[in-house]
Amino acid sequence: MRHLLSAADLDVVAAVEVLDVADRMAATQQREIKKLPTLRGRTVVNLFYEDSTRTRISFEAAAKRLSADVINFSAKGSSVSKGESLKDTALTLEAMGADAVVVRHSASGAPHRLATAGWIRGAVVNAGDGTHEHPTQALLDAFTLRRHLVGHEATGADLAGRRVAVVGDVLHSRVARSNVLLLHTLGAHVTLVAPPTLLPVGVEAWPCTTSYDLDGVLRGDLGDLDAVMMLRVQAERMNAAYFPSVREYSRRYGLDARRVGLLPDHAVVMHPGPMNRGLEISADAADAPRSTIVEQVANGVAVRMAVLYLLLSGAPEAVGEPLPAKELVR
Amino acid sequence: MTPARPAPDQRSARPPGPAPDRPSGPPPAGAAGAGGADPAGPTSLTVLEAGEIARSLTRIAHEILEHNKGAEGLVLLGIPTRGVQLARRLATRLAEIEGTPVPVGAVDVTMYRDDLRRQPTRTIEATHVPDGGIDDRVVVLVDDVLFSGRTIRAALDALSDLGRPRVVRLAVLVDRGHRELPIRADHVGKNLPTSVRERVRVSLAEVDGVDEVRIEGGH
Repeated sequence: MRHLLSAADLDVVAAVEVLDVADRMAATQQREIKKLPTLRGRTVVNLFYEDSTRTRISFEAAAKRLSADVINFSAKGSSVSKGESLKDTALTLEAMGADAVVVRHSASGAPHRLATAGWIRGAVVNAGDGTHEHPTQALLDAFTLRRHLVGHEATGADLAGRRVAVVGDVLHSRVARSNVLLLHTLGAHVTLVAPPTLLPVGVEAWPCTTSYDLDGVLRGDLGDLDAVMMLRVQAERMNAAYFPSVREYSRRYGLDARRVGLLPDHAVVMHPGPMNRGLEISADAADAPRSTIVEQVANGVAVRMAVLYLLLSGAPEAVGEPLPAKELVR
Repeated sequence: MTPARPAPDQRSARPPGPAPDRPSGPPPAGAAGAGGADPAGPTSLTVLEAGEIARSLTRIAHEILEHNKGAEGLVLLGIPTRGVQLARRLATRLAEIEGTPVPVGAVDVTMYRDDLRRQPTRTIEATHVPDGGIDDRVVVLVDDVLFSGRTIRAALDALSDLGRPRVVRLAVLVDRGHRELPIRADHVGKNLPTSVRERVRVSLAEVDGVDEVRIEGGH
């Protein structure tokens, strides 16, 4: 693995490997001493052009637990607010010797540009780009699912035959896209549930089914569910009216205690956060015993440790030859 | 932080090329050829058979008990993969001799190695510390082959993150020489003079279907 830009970069073997390594990492996080010397002397830059709490903290914790040096860069309060381009920022990071760049950007495709333009030699990790992808979120969701459905230390297991419903604002959600791709790779069946206005154009081509009827899907009309994953209604990305009113959305697509009751006993409730309590998920549903929301955050650190380990350990030729300095674009 | 990409770390003075602890690598010539009664044969030579391995382990078990004056406070920790199997076999023998079970676990050293940047990405194996932990215990590290000593160095680092044993001892099935660090084993199944070019391959029934130690390569 040279970069992690899309959940589609991972085939089933690579995806299961990330989850297996994450299992080992999670085990080390139960110890009194959580720090490992594995990435000593390597530098990880968190390049965040968009606000984020849990993803940035999670990557920072992951890098620090592996003894890498971490440089946090957020667009606010940096030269970006003076108009510096992505390219010039990237060249600066390269000059500082970044071994990995974790990037979040509001423009879909920014991490891909960073990885392929020849500006930097380090590994690029997509931490969310526009409405495109958020592969580490999908990995931590898959990890959480595997722990609940298969068990801890489930080395080598995929999610074959499992059923997951992804509910809500699919249109603006990079989490949904990455999850559909990754869960499909791992053998699970995904059903997207959303009002027609919040399903993206071309969703028919995604490896999943779609439905407009949340109650029916929860009841098991398409097969018993193993998990329901709620998506945040992304008001900040909505520049038009996608549904008549908040109350109507909440009644038709919000998860409340009654709807949780429709699920099979073993099924879990997930949410990538941050939640709009009372909109897409009620407080009772979010705080229910079968909710994995807090656990997802904890698992995020282990999964990101695994990703950084797989990208940054190993001989350079094994992870892909870095560009020689002279080929870098100046 | 300076410009160029971090060169593979140069802490060890060895010439470029893999410096693993296990299946040994290539060149650096100049090492003594295989001596002793086992001429480093054509390509492959069995140096220990099942019966000899079993007797070595029994002897090591007695040595451990003799040195420790019983099984009190002992914890066996194997280094994956084959060290774990050997630790389990030793624990069985200790229990038979002393009549009390001896805790056995595994300590994976992958994340503590000093050659992560020189090898393809390594698989991380499970670490399992038996109930009761290792604080103030007598920990016996168990591995199949002692070579450069780098695995054991990594294991000592890993141990210090897991707790603070009273004493750490080292038991290995084969000591093949060519140490690169000031490390020695307390209990050795067999000292095996080898050339650096040769590979020492330990097979155990649990993993490989057969018990034997072979020397391969070396021309």
